Amino acid sequence: MADTEKIIEIQVLRYRPEQDKEPVLQSYKVPFTDDMSVLQGLQYIKDYLDETVSFRWSCRMAICGSCGMMIDGKPKLSCKTFLREYYPQGLRVEALAHMPIERDLIVSVEDFVTKLESIKPYIIPKEPRTLEQGEYLQTPQQRDMYEQFSSCINCMLCYAACPQYGLNPKFTGPGVLALLHRYNADSRDGGQAERLGLGYADEGFWGCTAVGYCSEVCPKGVDPANAINQNKMNSAINYFTRFVTPGGADK
Amino acid sequence: MEVFKADVAIVGAGGGGLRAAIAVAESDPKLKIALISKVLPMRSHTVAAEGGAAAVTRPDDSLDHHFNDTVGGGDWLCEQDVVEYFVAHAHEEVVQMEHWGCPWSRTEDGHANVRPFGGMKIERTWFAADKTGFHMLHTLFQTSIKYPSIKRFDEHFCVDLVVEDGRVQGAVVIEIATGAFRLIQAKAVIIATGGAGRVFRENTNGGIVTGDGMALAYRHGVPLRDMEFMQYHPTCMPRTGLLFTEACRGEGGFLINKDGYRYLQDYGLGPAEDKPRNKFMELGPRDRVSQAYWHEQKKGRTIEGPFGSVVHLDMRHLGEAKLRERLPQIYELAEEFMGIDPAHAPIPVLPAVHYTMGGILAYGNTASSLPGLYSVGECSSVGIHGANRLGSNSLTELVVFGKVAGVEAAKYAKSVSITNPGAIEKQAESVQARALGIVNQSGGAERIAVLRTEMAKSMESGCGIYRLATDMQATCDKIGELRQRYKKLKVEDQSKVYNTDWLLAIELGYLLDVAETIVHSALKRKESRGSHQRLDGYEQRDDANFLKHTLAYYNGDSPPRIEYGDVKITKSKPGTRAYGAAGVKADEERKKQGAANG
Repeated sequence: MADTEKIIEIQVLRYRPEQDKEPVLQSYKVPFTDDMSVLQGLQYIKDYLDETVSFRWSCRMAICGSCGMMIDGKPKLSCKTFLREYYPQGLRVEALAHMPIERDLIVSVEDFVTKLESIKPYIIPKEPRTLEQGEYLQTPQQRDMYEQFSSCINCMLCYAACPQYGLNPKFTGPGVLALLHRYNADSRDGGQAERLGLGYADEGFWGCTAVGYCSEVCPKGVDPANAINQNKMNSAINYFTRFVTPGGADK
Repeated sequence: MEVFKADVAIVGAGGGGLRAAIAVAESDPKLKIALISKVLPMRSHTVAAEGGAAAVTRPDDSLDHHFNDTVGGGDWLCEQDVVEYFVAHAHEEVVQMEHWGCPWSRTEDGHANVRPFGGMKIERTWFAADKTGFHMLHTLFQTSIKYPSIKRFDEHFCVDLVVEDGRVQGAVVIEIATGAFRLIQAKAVIIATGGAGRVFRENTNGGIVTGDGMALAYRHGVPLRDMEFMQYHPTCMPRTGLLFTEACRGEGGFLINKDGYRYLQDYGLGPAEDKPRNKFMELGPRDRVSQAYWHEQKKGRTIEGPFGSVVHLDMRHLGEAKLRERLPQIYELAEEFMGIDPAHAPIPVLPAVHYTMGGILAYGNTASSLPGLYSVGECSSVGIHGANRLGSNSLTELVVFGKVAGVEAAKYAKSVSITNPGAIEKQAESVQARALGIVNQSGGAERIAVLRTEMAKSMESGCGIYRLATDMQATCDKIGELRQRYKKLKVEDQSKVYNTDWLLAIELGYLLDVAETIVHSALKRKESRGSHQRLDGYEQRDDANFLKHTLAYYNGDSPPRIEYGDVKITKSKPGTRAYGAAGVKADEERKKQGAANG
């Protein structure tokens, strides 16, 4: 709740490709109250101190996934991280790690979006159904099998957290693998075989070295590490059953 | 300037734009679609819708019930033929969403579950926990990836439409990453840019909800209809305006004042009962519930908080398990943003601006008065919300009319060809020069944030829950003044790369134009209806003079020209709008009259 206004120092990692050779920290002194988020601090800077600071934001309520950034070195959504937690020592905000900085706190999302598009993130129906037949039946228990993994807001904090992605950008990465698992685990879907093709490669599930930091930083409890683990299991089973099943596994 | 040749261009890639894109792709895979969004599609504000999507589902429900709830809820300012189409196509569209993977919450036997919602007679709101908009948006976005004919222009900001030969033939966009201009040539354009809640101070809307498409259509002579009707959502977080879904009350939450009293019973919504009852008390429509808050505040029965007077949303009696299952996001918001555990303490709430009922005048097929231009969603006024939208009708609107817009725009695109590409490119050049002019103008000293703040404060005082001519006139004057000062805006940032300062400046221009239509439409509507309530001698609904749509036309530097249009009545004659026990009585009388007449 509101109280007397205090001043906090926010250091922002600036990078303006037209003028900066490399990113530089710039410091701002921001008046704040205890209810204010880091995002509101940045908005204050943009509105009243320096209009040229660039960052993405929209919903302010941790659902649109726009405002991820490194806050004191940890990937967080700025809308649900509060300035009071960094008082009186101040805080440092930087663009998300492991992705090219476009400008200031804005990173390139191209790699993430390309990967997301590549895994067939849509229902490939097990049994086609017409609209007249109504909805597929799916019990709450069947829904529970994938619901958690459908809650990813694409904020990419897990990519900034993932040491493997930092070393090898070809690694499909936690968020997209969780999404892949979301569709594989959906009782309406029959596309697992098509999608597992991706999971076999080193860039897929097996690229993960099970550090688990992705799940720790996830603001929505998606637990990508768990999704990856389940799929390592599935793809191992799939791999071995191909030798013992006539005609191979899944097809 | 780089030119992309599309058949159909869609501006906005939220629920409406994505559904339209899929409809175009499915109606003819040969049609090239340009899907333009100033953000990544999954950032669109559809993402924040919580409660659900209405569609008649249960055997004890009927299309007539949904129709009557919607038309009565809209205080008879709805286009009734459009509402009939809407309720009849709602179910197939939510089923379509299910087939595409939307994780609807289920009953034990595996069917889609439905929950109660404000102003709805029977439970018919499909939901995905309390993240329905999020799930619909991501389902549509991910499904859209299947269609190779959809070419996305993510993070491309639309600065103008191109109108040539009396019809729309494209849009000019800025690639935000580089500042490069592109001409998207198109035979049909669908606007799906969402509402304009950011013209107000305290609102539930994301920062991107700045009325862009409304302003663009308006500047090209398309009227904005019924803009005075802004919805205040009764249960929002103080200061930030973040939303606590109506489903909190659908699941059984109470609204109480400082004495712990369920005050809605004093405002024609009672009697109070322990269990939620459809169209009673907390399940009343949003306009009435927000108005009751206003009266409570005047009576001194609200609770004084650091960010204004609040009432309490009390869900303690629902228990933690149910709250975690049905309202997980609400739980999280209360805990993380307010430090409140809603299973153990009530949540302080107040009304905030939530939804723009009015918008670009769209006929039932989503077309506008400008040939080739279509609109869908909150930016559009296709006619189903009237003077007050019922919660859970807008998500359904996105998919029902998104499909219609896609099909209609595809049909139109196939019937025409680009006539004069040279002239179109020339227009695009001048659009570019104008947009660059905002950055390059010298001598300006006005700050974006200052103008935006003055606008939002003035709109709140002039166009709040209750309205007075003197306040509205002051706001008219203020917005006029701000539009002049806008010409002296100073844009600090001169970069080409992610110049958000520049985009904020352009958005402010959109906001001011839309704000002006809202307040002028409000001042001239001398009656009280739905979300437009006056306290200056016009406290009653006046069907004789104002059973009319307001149409605001762009008028250059001057305020908008206000005209009126007829309301389409098919089967529901304007009657008494009542809820609670009074509503039951009114329904019975209506039935008796119907029996006597027929």
